[in-house]
Amino acid sequence: MSSAFDPKIYDIPDADIAWCPGCGNFGIINELKTALAQLQLDPTQVVLVSGIGQAAKMPQYVKANMFNGLHGRSLPAAVAIKMVNPNLVVIAESGDGCTYGEGGNHFIHTIRKNPDITNIVHDNQIYGLTKGQASPTTARGQVTTLQFDGVMVDPFNPIAVAVALDASFVARSFSGNFQLTVELIKMAIKHKGYALIDILQPCVTFNKVNTYQWYRENTYLLPDSYDPTDRQAAFKIATDNSKLALGVIYVNPNKPVYEEQLAPYENDKTPVALRGLEV
Amino acid sequence: MEKKSEISIVLSGAAGQGIQAVEHILTRVAKDSGFHVFATKEYMSRVRGGNNSTEIRISSQPVKAYVDRIDILVPLNDNAIERLRSRITDETLILGEKRYVEKEKNSIGLMLEEIAESFGNKIYENSVAIGVLAGIINADENALVNNIRAYFLKKSEEVVKANINAALKGYEIGKSLGLKFEITPSEEVKKQYLLNGSEAVAKGAIAGGCNFISSYPMSPATTVFTELSRLSRQHGILVDQAEDEIAAANMAIAAWYAGARAMVSTSGGGFALMTEAISLSGMIETPIVVHLGQRPGPATGLPTRTEQGDLNLVLYAGHGDFPRIIYAPGNLCEAYELGARAFNMADKYQVPVFVLTDQYFLDSFYNVDEMPQAKIERYIIKTDENYKRYALTDDGISPRGIPGYGKGLVRVDSDEHDEYGHITESAEVRRKMVEKRLKKMEKILQDAVPPKLFGSEDYKYLIVTWGSTQLIVREALERLGKKDVAMLHFSQVYPVPPIAENYFKKAEKIIFLEQNAIGQFANLIKLTFDGVDTRRRILKYDGFPFSVEQVVEAISKEVE
Repeated sequence: MSSAFDPKIYDIPDADIAWCPGCGNFGIINELKTALAQLQLDPTQVVLVSGIGQAAKMPQYVKANMFNGLHGRSLPAAVAIKMVNPNLVVIAESGDGCTYGEGGNHFIHTIRKNPDITNIVHDNQIYGLTKGQASPTTARGQVTTLQFDGVMVDPFNPIAVAVALDASFVARSFSGNFQLTVELIKMAIKHKGYALIDILQPCVTFNKVNTYQWYRENTYLLPDSYDPTDRQAAFKIATDNSKLALGVIYVNPNKPVYEEQLAPYENDKTPVALRGLEV
Repeated sequence: MEKKSEISIVLSGAAGQGIQAVEHILTRVAKDSGFHVFATKEYMSRVRGGNNSTEIRISSQPVKAYVDRIDILVPLNDNAIERLRSRITDETLILGEKRYVEKEKNSIGLMLEEIAESFGNKIYENSVAIGVLAGIINADENALVNNIRAYFLKKSEEVVKANINAALKGYEIGKSLGLKFEITPSEEVKKQYLLNGSEAVAKGAIAGGCNFISSYPMSPATTVFTELSRLSRQHGILVDQAEDEIAAANMAIAAWYAGARAMVSTSGGGFALMTEAISLSGMIETPIVVHLGQRPGPATGLPTRTEQGDLNLVLYAGHGDFPRIIYAPGNLCEAYELGARAFNMADKYQVPVFVLTDQYFLDSFYNVDEMPQAKIERYIIKTDENYKRYALTDDGISPRGIPGYGKGLVRVDSDEHDEYGHITESAEVRRKMVEKRLKKMEKILQDAVPPKLFGSEDYKYLIVTWGSTQLIVREALERLGKKDVAMLHFSQVYPVPPIAENYFKKAEKIIFLEQNAIGQFANLIKLTFDGVDTRRRILKYDGFPFSVEQVVEAISKEVE
């Protein structure tokens, strides 16, 4: 690979960053910029699509195209953008509440469609923006600013759901592991089809359970010998919550890519967006 | 006995009995014979059974509206008559299978099934019936044969032949009945097209450059979605059946953002889920075109019926203040023109644009000439390094770029934002941006489609209509034949064209005619202009369209 870009080209110099000191999002933003730089992606070719929440503010601080839409709706927007202009690198980025709660139906059906987009989910197992309520991934029993008697429902398991839906690329990372996260983001972008990376990240203000230390103690790296194309093995990994696996958990390389099957691209690969424009 | 130059045929039967096939074939036989045709259907919300009907008017003169009158009623089963009892008069002839009609006093019973069986199968009975009706109106025999053939094209030659022969036998019977209808053919009509509201909206959208549709099926708006899907390969349209209306609307906006010309097709209940996206469109100044086929609410309401009850819904949908445009075509030509215009205006002003139709409009068709040429107006610019998506301009319109076209970055944000699209909480920037978005209304008003006046300029009484009631009221006024009654029809209902005030001022008495329970448009006029008397309202909200006769009666009560 030739020399990478400088990650600084994605900086927005005067950005007024709204995250708390120590927030896991700082790790993820550096990991994302590094991955984009290593892939030598021009900012004009990248679209960051997000919903609402602290994670969804990410595109505000990254110099690229941005579609910062509504809560829960990053995926439908990302799918449409990719359909209209398949030449763009489309990254949908939001939190666990936005993606798995408000956007749960879109999560399911986007996986079914399998558009060639990357879905980065900042999973801090809590609602940050709205100040500390339970998210879909908060552990049962955890006391929050709203669930005074502890959470009374089981957490949503995005990895298991994605494997059950035969998603074409499913990975989990931890924001505190820089190298791993950069590698997984690069793999996800390069993957042809829908790619999910659930990135575990601490919320230093509202989640006193899932801390940096907690994640270090409760995660492990999948060994090189692990075969991510084995769906049964992936299910086992996805449903084992005693320790959380990090790495590429499942890959199905044989799924047709959604936008490539659409009628306008049958005999003409020119993006619909650019047809009729002077290029 | 004087011969009649027009006939109103009503077919009635259960879902799945082939009413639609009869409608499809007979209307084409009539049109190809050079007769003017109008057809509309009403149906229950079920796949099989129940009771549905189709009205087909065939005439020497153009016909484009629903009437109560039934000249010939064709029941396709034994309980197909009762529901239409209130529309049956001494003048109505009931014609059909002997055992269904023999109890009726003015009836002709035929052995349709028996005739069909003589050609090999009972299921050819509808072809026999089509033949009988074609014979009654003295349709062109070739038109009958060709249209039967075309309809059964995918079947075996044996089946095609049997249906043709069954129809020809019916044709012979129909002619021999000696009924009093004589419709004069016209060469011009033979060259025309049969088009329904759905096709007009869809073709108009394509003429306006629509190349993306994301929707969730919902009656009565699905037909527009289907039409665009059917034509997707031919016209390069990206089609997505979304998981829900929320996704559909957000996709359409994001598609515009990326450079497509996108629409959604839905009805009131589906649109209810899209309201958050309308507000997004307003904030990020990224267009969306919404076709909303109205049906009666609240909630699930009457799923297969008609109403003009969603004007307030689209007028007020979405939190916050931002401009929008609402069209409501009154005829097929307007549906086509406004279908195209919606895309041009959406692109020009970067606002949500609505096309309001309803079940009656979408399911009604008549013969039309070739549609006028619509041109695609595109407003996308190629960006440079210093591009600012929300640049403040004199008219409030910021040049719109798309990602990957030029050297600039296109950054849109649902939060309040500065010129670059960056989130802001500055009171000054907020004020400027609110004013910028609303300033677009000035130019939008200059582009308003003016209301059309039908009838004498020298009116005393002004009937005010919008959307699908146009042709019904026009025919009613022709029947009334009063020189001092005119009709003002709005195909752009919002923003209300300012010129409308002049028409209101001239009237001694203004009567609003709407298909909803409160007079939503009358209320909007009251809000828009000071001193317009909007108290007189003719309202209908039972799920069935206004008929010409009902309108004649209602207007007669209002005018001396």
